[in-house]
Order: sequence, then C-alpha cells, then structure tokens
Amino acid sequence: MYYHKILVVGSGLAGLRAAVESAPKVDTAIISQVHPVRSHSGAAQGGVNASFANNPDAKDDSSDKHAFDTTKGSDFLADQDCVEFMTKEAVPCIVEMEHWGCPFSRMDDGKIAQRPFGGAGYPRTCFATDKTGLYMLHTLWERSVKLNIPLYEDRIMVDLVVEGDAVRGVICWNMRTGELETFMAEAVIIASGGSGQIYGRSTNALISTGSAQAACYRRGVPLKDMEFVQFHPTSLFGTNILMTEGARGEGGYLVNSLGERFMSKYAPKAMELAPRDIVSRSIQTEINEGRGIDGKDYVHLDLRHLGRAKILERLPGIRDLAINFVGVDPIEKPVPIQPGQHYTMGGLDTDINGATKFKGLYAAGECGCVSVHGANRLGGNSLLDTVVFGKRSGAVAAEYVLSKKAFKEGEAAINKNLRETKERIQAMMDRTGAENHSDIRAEMKQTMIEKVGIYRSKAQMEEAHAKIKELKERMRHTVVQNKGKSYNLDLMRAYELDGMLEVAEAIVVGALKREESRGAHSRLDFKERDDTKFLQHTIATYSPAGPVITYSPVKITKFKPEARRY
Amino acid sequence: MAEGEITLKIQRFDAKADAMPYWQKFTVKLRPGMTVLDALFEVLNHQDGTLAFRFCCRAGVCGSCAMVIGGKIRLACETQIAQFVGKGDLHISPLPHQEVVKDLAVNYDHFFERMKRVKPFLVGAEPAPEREYLQSPKQRQPINEPIDCIMCGSCTSSCTVAWTTKDYLGPAALMKAYRFVADSRDTITDERLDLVDNEDGVYRCHTIFNCVEVCPKKLNPTESIQRLKIKCIKRKLFGRKKRKA
Repeated sequence: MYYHKILVVGSGLAGLRAAVESAPKVDTAIISQVHPVRSHSGAAQGGVNASFANNPDAKDDSSDKHAFDTTKGSDFLADQDCVEFMTKEAVPCIVEMEHWGCPFSRMDDGKIAQRPFGGAGYPRTCFATDKTGLYMLHTLWERSVKLNIPLYEDRIMVDLVVEGDAVRGVICWNMRTGELETFMAEAVIIASGGSGQIYGRSTNALISTGSAQAACYRRGVPLKDMEFVQFHPTSLFGTNILMTEGARGEGGYLVNSLGERFMSKYAPKAMELAPRDIVSRSIQTEINEGRGIDGKDYVHLDLRHLGRAKILERLPGIRDLAINFVGVDPIEKPVPIQPGQHYTMGGLDTDINGATKFKGLYAAGECGCVSVHGANRLGGNSLLDTVVFGKRSGAVAAEYVLSKKAFKEGEAAINKNLRETKERIQAMMDRTGAENHSDIRAEMKQTMIEKVGIYRSKAQMEEAHAKIKELKERMRHTVVQNKGKSYNLDLMRAYELDGMLEVAEAIVVGALKREESRGAHSRLDFKERDDTKFLQHTIATYSPAGPVITYSPVKITKFKPEARRY
Repeated sequence: MAEGEITLKIQRFDAKADAMPYWQKFTVKLRPGMTVLDALFEVLNHQDGTLAFRFCCRAGVCGSCAMVIGGKIRLACETQIAQFVGKGDLHISPLPHQEVVKDLAVNYDHFFERMKRVKPFLVGAEPAPEREYLQSPKQRQPINEPIDCIMCGSCTSSCTVAWTTKDYLGPAALMKAYRFVADSRDTITDERLDLVDNEDGVYRCHTIFNCVEVCPKKLNPTESIQRLKIKCIKRKLFGRKKRKA
C-alpha cells in the first residue's frame, strides 16, 4: 500500500496547481492516467480572464466588473461569494503563473496581452497566442518538477475509499502492470477533469470520461448542476475539434448560407461575442431553419478579413488544426464549424474551498462544481477556475492535514474497497453475452447529443432516460475480449463506460426535473427562466435505482437576478 | 482488399508475454476524414480488444500518439489515412528505440528523466515584482518557437545519436534548455549552459536533422542546439558574463 499525506488525482491544471500549493507544506503525490503534459487542459486555447486592465480599452476594468459579467453569464446560478473570490484572486494567480514562466503574449510595453472574449465588458482575457492552456500546463508541470513532486503515471482511479465521514484513500489500476494498487492518504484532491466524452460531438479529449468523478459519485459524493452542459459555438465540422473563441475575440465573423452575419438577430450589441450558450443556440437555430452552409449542419467562421499577419500572430494553432483536419486555410477560406459539447459546468459538489461532504476530500477544476459558472461558463473562466480553486483546495487540504491528530487510519476500509473493486472488475471480465461496449458507448453519445443537447424537451429527454437505462442493462451483457494484464484498453474502456452511464443519467434526470430555461439548459417546453422555483442548485445523489434529486440554495451577494440581454 | 478499405500492418509486442515483436494485419473500412487514430480505434473496438496504443486529445496537441506510420514518425491523431490508400499495407509501429509497454504504447519515463536534467523551469529575478515580469514582443520572439514543443518524443526517438547513447540529453531536452536560456526573464544562463556544455549535451548533436524532419509541430530542435553551442563556445572564448549585481 502506498501512503502519502495528500494525494492529488489528475494532473491537469487544477491538479498540478493543487499539488504545487500543498507539496512545500505537506507530503503530496500525484496520480494520473496520463503524463501531466498530456492532460486535456493543454487543449485550452483562447485565454484566461483576469482584470489586469493592461489593454488600453480595459482601463476601467476591475474584479467587480469581472464578477458581474461572470454572474450574468451564469444566468445568476453561480454562487456570488465564490465568484467574487475567484475574480479577486485572478490577477495574483495569473501573475504567479507568469513568474513561474508561462509565456503569455505581450503588449508593446511588455505587459501581458489581453483580448476580448464572449460576455465580457472589457478585453480581459490574458492569452498566449491560441495555446494558452498548453503553455499554462507546461509551466505548472515544470513547477512540479522543481518541487520534485512524486508522480504515479498510467494509473486510473477506480474507487474512492471513505469511512464514516472521512476520506481514507483511493484504489487505482496500474495500466502498465494491470494490477490494482491501494493508496492511503489523509486528504485526497480530485482533479480529474470533465466528462465530455459522454456526448457525441464533443471537443473534449478522449480521456475526459469523468470516470474518477463517477467513482466518487458512487461512493456518496453528490453531483451538482450536472444538467448544465456547455456547447462551444465553434468546433470543426466533422471532428468537433475546438476553434477558439479567441477567433471571434480577434474579430472573426459567423456567417450563414445567405452570407449574413446572423448574430445581429440574436445579440445585436455583442454580436459574435455574446456568451457561448447564446451563440450556440443561434447557430443551431440557423441550421435548424435551413440556413446551414449547403443545407448541412454547419455555418462558417470567417477570419479572412483579419489578414494573414494577424492570423499567424494571434491564431496560429487553430489555423494548423483547420488545415490538418478539414483542409481549409482560414487565411484563404471560411472554416466550417458547428456547436460541440465542450464543458461540464456541474460536477462534484464542493464549497468555496473545494471541500466535499467528506472530511479530507476535495475537488477542483472541471470535475468539481464550486459553483462559479452556474448555468453557463464564460470563455476564459475555466482556466481561471483551475488555478484559483486548484490553489485554494491545495492550501486548505494542507491546513487540514497539518491540523490532524491521528494518521494512517483506514487500512481495513481500503482493503474492503480493494476486494469489492476486484470483484467488480472480475465480474466484468467474466461476463458473457453478445453486446459490444464500444457500440453502447456510441449509442450513449448519440443519445445525449440528440436528445439532451442544445435544445431540450420533456419528450426527448424521457426517451433519453429510457435509453440510458436500457444501455445500463445491456452493459451487463458486454464482453471484455482482452483478458491480458498490460495496457488493457478493452477493460479500461468498459470500466469507464459504466461510470459514464451513471453520470449521463444524473445529467438527464437533473435536466428533466428543471422545468425552466437557464443558461445552457434551454427547454422548448419551458422557455423562460423561473427564479421562484429554480434559482437553486440541483443536487444528484447516487442510488442503485438512479439519481435522487434535491436542491440547494444559490448564494446571492451583490447582483440581483435580471433579464439577460447582450 | 476491397475498394474503400485499407490494410494496416501493425507491430505487436507484449513485454510481459512475447519473446519477439511480430506483425499483424487488420483491414478497416475507410470513412471520410478518417485518421490513423480512428483506424486504430476501429481495430480495438471491433476486431481485436488486445491492441494497445496511447491517445488523449486527438487534436495534435497532447503528444500521446507519436508512432511510425508509413515509414515516418507522425501523430496518429492528425494523420489522415486517405493519403496511404492504394500504396499497399500501411505499416504502423511504435516510436523506435523506446521501451515498449505494449504494441504501440511506449514508456516515456526515460524521455522525461532527460528533460528533468536541464532544470526545466524558469528562475526569474528575486524578489519578483508585484505584477508580471515585463517582456516585450521582441524579447519574447526567441522563445516563440521552442515553447511549442509538445514533448511527444518524435525527435528523440528519431535521433540516431540518442539511440546509441542513453545519457545524451537528446533534441527535446536540449530545446527545453534553450527555451529557458532564450527567455529574457530567466536569470541562470550560466548554470543552464553548464548543464549542456558537455559530451552528453550540445556536442553530442551531429546535426543529422532527423529531429527537424519528424517534428509534427514543424519545430527546429537542431537550431536550438546550435544556438546553445554558440553560447557555450562564446563563453569559452570571451569568458563568462559577469552577473548583474
């Protein structure tokens, strides 16, 4: 059995930032499915919001204005004390990243460059060309090397161990050896990322399956606001690879088959820089009403007027992606795009410190829900969320461990979970039947994007719920063909899918019960926001029969809910 | 093989079970826009659940899926398979001269160990300013390219010198070293040059340019290494720069 005082599960931005915070104070180790520099944070492109007011057009910007934009963007579902905390911490946290080497793009005076982004009153998004996430990720990995933080790589967390009201450790599966391994800890920080792969048309990495999130959910950590799923307006048609919001921040147009900049109909003031939920709905409406290009499921992102120099300087990464994946050079031709699943606003229910209901268990980044994004996240706020709340959870976890009196408790509980996990995996290996789990995965993804997508209705979501239940049943008849030990992808993907179906059900049931339209949750049968009934967080608690839904209040401090126009 | 199909010839090896690697053929149906990674998933999902390969972002940015495809090191996720149709079996094998975990999945431990030897982190001026270190676009220019390295290991795996000398830092680690030497915010240039100014460092590079040929991000590690060499030699000729007080 391995032992560390703090275990961080996941090595994207949130996990690394947490570990970098706690490691100098308390023995900390990182467990990760992939090497840190492979993490999905590295795919983030456009930038990170902080009210530096470096851009001459942002002289009057402040953390308060950032807080207002974030809250309005969230359709008032974010907890405003958490939003204020995040926006106040934004500048110091980004300064820290810069001091650690993050190569931000620069203004002529040498300060960090900032660009306009959706739903923001000022050009507030600090950027490093269009690879901001990649550079931030490398910077934090480099910091973890400096601090010599131990890394357990090629490990997948398959179970969480809790005993009474406290966390005891995790069970991992070592992909290289195929063996289960036990990790005991005084505190565990889950930073395992989102669960976007539950959806078809996702911009997410293939490892963003939410499997660690699902493991926690099964052991009693509730999921919050899971029905709020962000669709990014501009993903490449065909592969749904992300085309940064920065493309519109730099002045890119969205154009339909008639050659119209159609955003004038939906957000006449903000145009292409309205928040993502609104732009995605607008694109989908154009497509649904037959104004997609050539009548197909996409519209054009036109960057040609920005000119070659600006595209090469500011947007080199998405230019390469467009050339490699659709054979279109944005300097010469408009890029075919459609909305794609992008981000899970919801996640493991935490407070402002990232603390969950179990002592010593924290969650940070996309796998958690503080909540600062509410019903719709603003672009540039997710990278900020990872560093601010990664740091916070690392600091609070270290304080917690340093205040503890008893250590190394819970061996029996860990061994019990190990036995249960072994049995579960063995049962999976022993199953017989005619079902192929990759087909079930494909059906789940198709169901979620078709029936619990940008526009939703009761009838469609009920069909989706029935389908998910059917798929859960069919999972019992799937076969794991690979009986080997090392790097068994067949077993890994079957295991992941079990958890994905649980999380998918939490999304569907939460969405069905929320009879209103708010942010990214847009219902055709309940078109208005209903603050009397639904200005509250959805809490989904695991039960073998399906998620049990309750609600918890939203914290409102300065900003009274108002109509959301852009 | 019927029209609309391609045959993959994949190198198989399980370090735990097999004495020697062997080749196995799989035929997959083509679809528009199909990448080599898509084809590998097609095999895994519907033909052989024992196939192993690394993957993550499937957008050419995470560096997980570098492998030899059609005789050249490429990222499977951003390689369109259509270009190989009609040219016989498409050979796919793991990164050369790396320890194989299974099939196409290699062990990157040694690669990252070498990366760690160059102190891959910025050491800025102390005390740090309250806000960001200032760095003009012109000062950032020298790092614009080396920061784009995704650490996929293609260069180091293609480097014939790295094949024979496991202590050689290799192109990726040396480019990382250059990235900090070239960064106007960094303060320990001499210490960094000491780390590469030796036979396992810059002088081991024979300017074979394999690293430049294979880099999926079109970077130029050879140039970074030569720039480091120039700095090391200048230092020998003209003495070490005095540190600013």
